[in-house]
Amino acid sequence: MGTITATRLSWSVKGHRLLDSIDMAARDGRTVGLLGPNGSGKSTLLRLLAGLRRPDAGTVHYDDTGLHELHRRVLARRLAVVEQDVSAHHHVTVRQVVELGRTPFRGRFDSLTEHDRRIVDAALERTDLTGKQQRSWSTLSGGEKQRTQLARALAQEPREILLDEPTNHLDIRHQLELLDLLTTLDVTCVVALHDLNLAARYCDHVVVLDHGQVAAAGTPEAVLAPDLIRSVYGVDVLVDREHTTGALRITYLAATATRPVRLSTQATSTCAPTG
Amino acid sequence: MTSPHKTAAPTGTALTSRESVPVRRRRASTAALFVLAGTALLVSVIAASLLGSADIRPLDVVSTIMRHVGLDAIAPAPPLPGLLDALVWESRFPRVLLAAAVGMALAVSGAVLQAVTRNPLADPYLLGVSSGASTGAVAVLLLGIGGSISLSTGAFAGGLASFGLLLLLLGGGRVASPSRVVLTGVLVSQFFAALTSVILMVSGDANSTRGFTYWLLGTLGGARWEGVTATVVIILVGVFAIQFFAPALDAFTFGWDSAAALGINVTAARVWLMVLTSVITAAAVAASGAIGFIGLLIPHAVRVLASPTHRTLLPLSAITGAIFLIWVDAFARTAFSPHELPAGVITALLGAPAFALILKRLES
Repeated sequence: MGTITATRLSWSVKGHRLLDSIDMAARDGRTVGLLGPNGSGKSTLLRLLAGLRRPDAGTVHYDDTGLHELHRRVLARRLAVVEQDVSAHHHVTVRQVVELGRTPFRGRFDSLTEHDRRIVDAALERTDLTGKQQRSWSTLSGGEKQRTQLARALAQEPREILLDEPTNHLDIRHQLELLDLLTTLDVTCVVALHDLNLAARYCDHVVVLDHGQVAAAGTPEAVLAPDLIRSVYGVDVLVDREHTTGALRITYLAATATRPVRLSTQATSTCAPTG
Repeated sequence: MTSPHKTAAPTGTALTSRESVPVRRRRASTAALFVLAGTALLVSVIAASLLGSADIRPLDVVSTIMRHVGLDAIAPAPPLPGLLDALVWESRFPRVLLAAAVGMALAVSGAVLQAVTRNPLADPYLLGVSSGASTGAVAVLLLGIGGSISLSTGAFAGGLASFGLLLLLLGGGRVASPSRVVLTGVLVSQFFAALTSVILMVSGDANSTRGFTYWLLGTLGGARWEGVTATVVIILVGVFAIQFFAPALDAFTFGWDSAAALGINVTAARVWLMVLTSVITAAAVAASGAIGFIGLLIPHAVRVLASPTHRTLLPLSAITGAIFLIWVDAFARTAFSPHELPAGVITALLGAPAFALILKRLES
């Protein structure tokens, strides 16, 4: 497990500032949830953290090493990325996809070693895919595809893992199982989530993005307050504790009558960003 | 998938080797496929050298080839009379060798293009790379562009230009839909075909125009040792170099970001693959004109048989493509003897229905 630190990260496309001076950190096997409505910059932030896009300003550090000093192959041996809705252009089996996770460890002409194969077996087992490993990717359900990508990520033996809405397409049971797995792994996770209740239950720390800025950050209890949710998501909610489990519970009441209009990029956000 | 207690990331110690049996069997069957394919290639080279008007035995072909590469001592049959010896060594054998090299180049190009454009319908002919190479070759020959530049260099420049144009029209880094890739290929290929026609009509006399038109259809009839050796060497080196990028081609399965997150230098891999594919396609086109559909047919056939990763797909496609074109060419020169069909016409006759099949599978 390692630490990911982002400092004053900014990114623009064609003059539109999509991320504005983001500070965040994910430490020591914690699970950090990235929250925020569609278009708030969650996926973009994940791409910058993964080094797939170069920030206009700011830095990303893995432990004490700057992202720009890490060779991408070395980075891929510690950081795994699970993207949203990927598609394959030709026939591949589940096992072949998971074996892709060994790419950063293999030489150009090396075949898979016994060690590689054991890791792939373990990743398949962890994601409940052992019996489906010879299935073709194109015949999988959305949830099975998501789990296959997670198995591929686990095969990279990551210390950190970035996931973009991994619970999409999953039924409730697999949503819970996936997040259970993520939080029990000794891996630092940054995970973009839509479901605030799942975030409240599984994340040690949440970062709420709104129009490319950090609207709030902290523990779910501290951050997920009705005022913040109304101002960021435009939804009236009731936040209480479920009386048998004591878990934080967010009940959606209604969309607020007027969704706060998109703030200009330089406008101050309603909640003070925290570091 | 749940694990109830805190555990480390999988280190591969937890499991029994329950899956090791099918994996080993799969590797054994891959090895068997290579042995089978290699043997079939060898047999094809010899058998295709036999086909034709003269009465020659298989052992004669083997020993003729051995005598000419300095293995007289262990040649299994007495030397052939001079005329037959020349027929085998100067005419048929180089032609078979060229067919093998060209088939190899086109099949590997197809497999690479399919991964680089992320499109199962990609083929150097359909995407216009062959067309561009033809234009380059014709331009060098008829316009005398560049003075001493050879036909192959012209073909290479043309192939690279058309490949570059294709990727530019497809929008650089983004992933285009299969139909967009194919339509853009039609556009590129028509554009370069038109350019070729202009050059032919403006600069060629009636005779050379007819010769070129036949060459453009794709034929191995012009095979002579001097050209064949260079073509074979270029293609073998190119095909071997492409094998270096097999991990990258596998990693491209889920797109560029996904590949980059696996530690692949995507830009470098794509540029190198573009250059190498242009080199081997151009070498093939310079030697034999634009033979279509092999790049489509062969990798798909290999995928259906073995569903391999690119580490296996590329060499298997190379060998299968070689065998395929050897037999297509043998058929082209003997079936309607004394008339000879251009090999490209036959591959198109076989390739068009295959294209329809793949299209149908793609839609379902």
